[in-house]
Amino acid sequence: MANSTAISQTWKGGKSPFNVEYGKLMMWYFLMSDSFTFGALLIAYGTTRFATNGWPNPNYVFSDFPGLGPNHPLLFVSLMTFILILSSVTMVLAVHAGHKMDKKAVVKYLIWTIIGGLAFLSCQAMEWTHLHSEGAWWGRNPFPNTDGSLSTTNFTNFFFTITGFHGFHVFSGVVINIIMLIMTLQDKFEKRGHYLMIEKAGLYWHFVDLVWVFVFTCFYLI
Amino acid sequence: MAHSATMTLEPGQKDPAVREIWRVTIILSILTIVELVLGFSMIGMPVDTLHYFIKGVIIILMLAKAFYIIAYFMHLKHEVRTMIMSVGIPMCLFIWFILAFIMDGHHYNVMKNRYEPYYKEKSTIQMPPPAEEHQEAKPGLD
Repeated sequence: MANSTAISQTWKGGKSPFNVEYGKLMMWYFLMSDSFTFGALLIAYGTTRFATNGWPNPNYVFSDFPGLGPNHPLLFVSLMTFILILSSVTMVLAVHAGHKMDKKAVVKYLIWTIIGGLAFLSCQAMEWTHLHSEGAWWGRNPFPNTDGSLSTTNFTNFFFTITGFHGFHVFSGVVINIIMLIMTLQDKFEKRGHYLMIEKAGLYWHFVDLVWVFVFTCFYLI
Repeated sequence: MAHSATMTLEPGQKDPAVREIWRVTIILSILTIVELVLGFSMIGMPVDTLHYFIKGVIIILMLAKAFYIIAYFMHLKHEVRTMIMSVGIPMCLFIWFILAFIMDGHHYNVMKNRYEPYYKEKSTIQMPPPAEEHQEAKPGLD
């Protein structure tokens, strides 16, 4: 009974029933729609893979580590995964520092997050360059299926499209974080009295990490 | 909000919110390492029931990681219940989305293998070895 009165009072107006700021709610709904975009791409990839008899072996295709040469399956992509997870952690710490109005800590953690994002993008650029040098690109697939049979270009098309779309998100995330860093340094949030903007940028950055969890599993592990 | 409580901490006291962030970081790292160990164990394994079982375990670990990122890093767990529902319920569409499309793709393959002899024959043709200029098909990345 007490609960139902609380609910009816929440929805009476005058305050936000979701108890979040407008911009943050809209960021959640944007991320929800973006997850359907990524979902559509990944499900298209899964459907195509299920509709094909053979598929290239990711442990053979992605087996190079810069400086160490071939025959290191999963190693480079593990590095990329940990870079992104750690940059996500520094982003949470930046958001947390923002709650405490600790400008110095916000700046420090935002810089670490930006470095993590740039490191990830560099890794991805190296991987793409290497695959391109092996003859893989949109419309070209030099890798045979696991059983050595003739493969289609579906594999490379989906790989470059999906990791490219994710990399584009990482790139926009880095740009957003740099803007946040500049705004923090200019004391914009200090004057506003809150760091809610960092929280919204943080939501976007975590989403980018979240998508990588799925891309990493679907392309490299299974 | 849950975080406002952290503002009144005594100096020198460990911040519980920061402790939670590191706890989730460790959980995410462990889940990733387990995934990678399973991934390594699948290399060279014959495609049989165990192979598909490991893939299933990896997918479950992936969903666990997604839960931790959404619930703790994105703070959804600390939001109001109606807010969680307004994001969570539309996500249930994915259950249909994944099942319908993957099953359709699988069925399409089964039907083509059954009724199109050339399709099945084509998938056994071996890929020719790489041409002269691509002889070193797997050079190091340097």
